[in-house]
Amino acid sequence: MSQLELLATGVIDALIGGLMLAVSLLPDSLAAPFDYRFMQRALLTSVLVGAICGLLSCYVVLKRWSLLGDAISHAVLPGVAIAYLLGWPFFIGAFVTGALTSLGIGALERHTRIKADAAMGLMFTAAFALGIVIISKIATSTHLMHILFGNVLGVQTSALILTLLASLVAVVTIWLAYRPLLLYTFDPQQAQALGFNTSLIHYGLILLLTLTIVASLETVGIILVVAMLITPGATAHLLTDRFPLMLAISVSVGVTSAVVGLVMSVSLDVASGGAIVLVASGLFLVALLAAPKHGLVARHWRRWRLNRANPSVD
Amino acid sequence: MADSVPALEARGLWAAYHQQPVLENLDLSLPQGEWTAIVGPNGAGKSSLLNLAIGSLAPVRGELKLLGQSAASQRRAGSIAYMAQQEHMEWDFPISVRETVLTGRYGLMRLDPLWQRLAPRLWANPSHRAAVDAALEAVDMADHAARPIGELSGGQKKRVMLARTLAQQARILLLDEPLAGVDPPSEALIMATLESERSAGRTIIMVTHDLPGARRYADNVVLINRTLIGMGSPDEMLSDAMLARLAVGAPEIAGGMRVAA
Repeated sequence: MSQLELLATGVIDALIGGLMLAVSLLPDSLAAPFDYRFMQRALLTSVLVGAICGLLSCYVVLKRWSLLGDAISHAVLPGVAIAYLLGWPFFIGAFVTGALTSLGIGALERHTRIKADAAMGLMFTAAFALGIVIISKIATSTHLMHILFGNVLGVQTSALILTLLASLVAVVTIWLAYRPLLLYTFDPQQAQALGFNTSLIHYGLILLLTLTIVASLETVGIILVVAMLITPGATAHLLTDRFPLMLAISVSVGVTSAVVGLVMSVSLDVASGGAIVLVASGLFLVALLAAPKHGLVARHWRRWRLNRANPSVD
Repeated sequence: MADSVPALEARGLWAAYHQQPVLENLDLSLPQGEWTAIVGPNGAGKSSLLNLAIGSLAPVRGELKLLGQSAASQRRAGSIAYMAQQEHMEWDFPISVRETVLTGRYGLMRLDPLWQRLAPRLWANPSHRAAVDAALEAVDMADHAARPIGELSGGQKKRVMLARTLAQQARILLLDEPLAGVDPPSEALIMATLESERSAGRTIIMVTHDLPGARRYADNVVLINRTLIGMGSPDEMLSDAMLARLAVGAPEIAGGMRVAA
């Protein structure tokens, strides 16, 4: 166990070393905060969280799972609270309640006449309420605030190791199952006809989503993680008509917002989760206006040209 | 496998959607290498039969075999290619025409050696590229290969969906209303393409409302209204008398429940 920890710490030090190399290229005023160890840890966490959220975000957006992402992220709270009570790593509790809730949503939807959106709203608010009640009994409100809204500056090494492992699992799974995941997202019926195990893919993707949410908990918090699961993918969707490129753009948007948001939160002394999400939203706004093909400006330009070419058409 | 094995065989097959029966005690055996048209009123269970074959619907009772084996094993072996009626697809999806057709090969790619499956280039095994090119050529969509799927017209989308079905080079083609919502030029092209697939020895099983098309192209016509009403040559089955029987349904089985004709 200690050997594993040693290995993980070594990997983290190496990754931080690599990031610091990039930071050293920045002007001094920006690079200065990163002399502190906690800032270096925060930077690595932000990069990892931005990357996996960006990756998963493509599937969430294309599969119309935004509400499901919201539901799972809220359902994580009672797990954190219960794990805290039992003295377990919060990760385990969060993962269990997140996964249970998504299974519960599926069961409610399939076996009753309750519709999907109501099933999600019902399950996640119930789970969230349970979490709030337990936490109000056992922890301070500062602690609750950190869980809800994230505190990337306070990330401990143990949480960083966790985020690293989660990122590794997400990247490797998406690489190995790239084609089944793509086909299932695009055309689930065809995936079924080609003999893929679609329930395995479905629940696998949900578990991956849960893992990503849990790994992002300390950085952006429960409430705002869903933004990181929607905004990068939505931004990328506006910018490209190629799926691999969409993944790349989405990851870039995720990482950029996480890093810029982190720097802003330090220099302006504002909440890190909020700063990160605001930067992501800003990038989305830019894409919405200026995307070459699907942006608003390009659309109006095309319509204007069409009208000019055919004056009789209104 | 001997050709005497039926392409599709249903025995005592029952199926339901949301507790509503759609197939009741269906017995059916469709020969290999022939073009079979499945005809029946809306809600008669035609599409359900195909959904049972592709596994998106589970039988309540009875069994469905493809080429003498379980449907699931034949799906994994790449023996069937399916073309859906209303494509359950997001046309906004960021994917090109070529990549869409290539998704039809994803099943066969599982049979490639591991290093090829994990290769960064999607074209690691040249047979996939060749099959995709040939299929796009067959439906006259090769010029549009690089375009995003969402930019195509309805008829073009349908042709791309057919190309994906062809690219699988499967022994059985399952087609759900391949002509629904298609312009006349695309229609002629689709039928000619299927004709040459049949000549190449493939089995075509097509659900259709297009009776003239069935009369002209199909070797067999199957009449279904929740259960088998009849099976035979197009001339026998598409006679006025048989079609009248089809519309009435199968009262001895349907019992109190009427099916809208």
